[in-house]
Amino acid sequence: MKQFLGFLVKEFYHIFRDFRTLLILFGMPVAQIMLFGFAITNEVKDVKIAILDESKDNITKEISSKLLSSGYFIAYDNLKSVKDIEPEFRKGMIKEVIIFEPNFSGNLLKLGKANVQLIADASEPNLANMIVGYTSSILMDYQKDLAKSGDIRPSINTDVKMRYNPNLKSVFMFVPGLMAVILLLVSALMTSISITKEKEIGTMEVLLVSPLKPFQIIIGKVIPYLLLAFVNAFVILGLAQFVFGVPIAGNTVLLLLESTLFVITSLSLGIFISTISNSQQTAMMVSLGGLMLPTIILSGYIFPIENMPIPLQIISNIVPARWFITIVKSIMLKGAGFEYIIKETLVLAGMTVFLIALSIKKFKTRLE
Amino acid sequence: MYIVEVKNITKNFKDTVAVDDISFEVGQGELFGLIGPDGAGKTTLFRMLTTLLKPMSGYAKVLGFDIVKDYKKIRKHVGYMPGRFSLYQDLSVEENLKFFATIFGTTIEENYDLIKDIYILLEPFKKRKAGKLSGGMKQKLALCCALIHKPDVLFLDEPTTGVDPVSRNEFWEMLRKLKEQGITILVSTPYMDEASLCDRVALMQKGKTLSIDTPENIISRFKKPLFAISSENQYSLMQNLLAYENRDTIYPFGDFLHYTDKRENVSTDEIMKYIESLNCKKITVKSIKPNIEDCFMALMEEN
Amino acid sequence: MEDNKIIYAENLTKKFGNFTAVNSISFSVNKGEIFGFLGANGAGKTTAIRMLCGLSTPTSGKATVAGFDVFKQTENIKKNIGYMSQKFSLYEDLTVKENIVFYGGIYGLSNKEIKEKTDYLVDILKIGDARNKLIKSLPLGWKQKLAFSVSILHNPKIVFLDEPTGGVDPVTRRQFWNMIYDAASKGVTVFVTTHYMDEAEYCNRVSIMADGVIAAMDTPSKLKESYNVKTMHDVFVKIAR
Repeated sequence: MKQFLGFLVKEFYHIFRDFRTLLILFGMPVAQIMLFGFAITNEVKDVKIAILDESKDNITKEISSKLLSSGYFIAYDNLKSVKDIEPEFRKGMIKEVIIFEPNFSGNLLKLGKANVQLIADASEPNLANMIVGYTSSILMDYQKDLAKSGDIRPSINTDVKMRYNPNLKSVFMFVPGLMAVILLLVSALMTSISITKEKEIGTMEVLLVSPLKPFQIIIGKVIPYLLLAFVNAFVILGLAQFVFGVPIAGNTVLLLLESTLFVITSLSLGIFISTISNSQQTAMMVSLGGLMLPTIILSGYIFPIENMPIPLQIISNIVPARWFITIVKSIMLKGAGFEYIIKETLVLAGMTVFLIALSIKKFKTRLE
Repeated sequence: MYIVEVKNITKNFKDTVAVDDISFEVGQGELFGLIGPDGAGKTTLFRMLTTLLKPMSGYAKVLGFDIVKDYKKIRKHVGYMPGRFSLYQDLSVEENLKFFATIFGTTIEENYDLIKDIYILLEPFKKRKAGKLSGGMKQKLALCCALIHKPDVLFLDEPTTGVDPVSRNEFWEMLRKLKEQGITILVSTPYMDEASLCDRVALMQKGKTLSIDTPENIISRFKKPLFAISSENQYSLMQNLLAYENRDTIYPFGDFLHYTDKRENVSTDEIMKYIESLNCKKITVKSIKPNIEDCFMALMEEN
Repeated sequence: MEDNKIIYAENLTKKFGNFTAVNSISFSVNKGEIFGFLGANGAGKTTAIRMLCGLSTPTSGKATVAGFDVFKQTENIKKNIGYMSQKFSLYEDLTVKENIVFYGGIYGLSNKEIKEKTDYLVDILKIGDARNKLIKSLPLGWKQKLAFSVSILHNPKIVFLDEPTGGVDPVTRRQFWNMIYDAASKGVTVFVTTHYMDEAEYCNRVSIMADGVIAAMDTPSKLKESYNVKTMHDVFVKIAR
């Protein structure tokens, strides 16, 4: 045990003496989340919208003025018919069109149900999402007010249509995705580099010719990065919640536990990479090319999985981040409990066991 | 019991044979040298003996343990200093030493006696990062790290390569002191002149041993009379002797040419006469005792 | 007299912060000379060579190499020198031919010249079939001989050799020195460092650095005479201690 602790201490020395890398590891999540966060939040102000009111009753007027007085939107035009929608969008002047169905208030008050359609220009997907989100919440507010004042329970049905880019991610999608990318980077990339570095400078030879056991070397390499990654997960969640108000609807402890599982999966990937590469350069290329790209492209972080060609959908199943992103989305945004993410958790755990077994088998007690 | 026993050991890397059917034994307390140029197979042999590589055929035992089956036992009892400087550059002198002590389950204090003489020279720099040490200092630290767990046998792979003659002398002085304390030492070197500092040596070339014996015995086996010749213009003398029909071998050695003749029992005078006939000035010809390098080159020619 | 001095250094100094790596050294090397540049590890040899090759600007002093100033005319210096070291010389993952073509190319040799030189080198080094082999598959001795040939491919005025024979077998080491003599006889000045003291004897003149200064400089025989010892090894030990 003392031997192992000595090894661990040495690993921490390495990490804390490489100040530049440390700065990147801790600075990167902060910088990224700030970039993403502000890039999104800054935009929703005085967005130009058009309203097609086919009902023109009191309620639609009230809703319209509520929307326009919110500060988010300004009316660019009032449309006369559905035919006007397309040319307006084409001109690029408006970002959203709100359509009230004919006899809106009548339907709402008598049938307790009325339809409103939101059409957004999704060529700027984040913005489109935000706009629709804001519009919807204003509609919801109105619905609530209405419910309080009367004894009926009216429901405004919003039908959202995205133009030009129909499948786009949810507003807060960047947080789960960013967590996946950062945790993977810290865990897999840094462990694989740190092990191959020892091979490259020749110290691995000396370590192998010592009584240290292979699993002690592996665990000793892994623990510091596990801690680092955990700190990063904390920072990302903290920033997301307190700076940008991304809520954590579900259980925070569960979220952190699941993050730890994902970190362990990534660490075992890192160890695996280090067993197949002999230089830091190879390890870095494999980590970036073999892990980062799939994580960004195939995990559903940027491109929705349902929208991919079937072969890519199948491949996406072996990308750990895909499962992790689903888990984070479920807990953070939907407030799901553990029972809803058992499948994803099991998949990640299975991958981890498989990778660890493979790495220990491949980790050489000799130089060949 | 032999401390190291090597029997018909062979190692291939794809189609190159790095170590080719080598056998030797090293006894308790011996200072054994593997002498040969790069590519002779010294490092591969050391890596096999330190259990880092498996032999293709043949076997070897270290401290009575088989290098393949009992590798874990061997790893507890040997000290190994690889050819490249393999310490952590970002750790200080003290931290490096402490680290190696801990992973071998010991402390600096426990075995301080063994490294005292060497470590005293490093002590003033103990807070300095290993990467910032001079070549000679790095080498001393590496030796301390290899010694800190009081190994029974020490494998030093080219510890003096690229090191200046003065530091090399100092290093060999340290090895002699360690030997006095009963540690068996195997050391490899490309410098032929260091052979004379070993108890026994194996001369190696292209994966094979040319000769294994004490330096004195190897020298005494040099068959031919050897002459050291010099004159005012060594280069032209060399060219002339290369063209001489009775010449067997001629190699420059510092400011002399080392010369052997094809004729048996040729005398200094006869050679002197021939060289005088070449119109050389300030000629000296003397019969000399060969050194290990002469022997090495003679053995290279034979093989 | 000045014309004959291909390297000329006066009070050349290089400091790194508070540390003086090279402390006001003065020396000159004549055209066609084989100049041995010896010294203990850390004595300042590498720093001095870097300054002479135009890779590092001196802190103070004066020096010219092949008639060019080491402060201002480093580009001209680089065109007129060759450099080879034990550690790096040829690309391991390129073939013999590709290495020659590459180095010929960076020194601006024409395709015709490169082809002629390739054939010539393959011939004199007896490489034969190996011309299309990767460098890493060749024995060290061949590599070093080839590296030397490549370093003088562009007919430089001076060639700097940094421990060219480290780890090479004794026979090849001597063949290597034959090549050095050949080059010198053709007028190339050879500036060489080594840890083999017998090789120091092969030099026309030798300088020995210790702690950033040149502690001794003369022909090997005069050095041995003045220190009253038999070999250069003993001279070295006396000075470096």
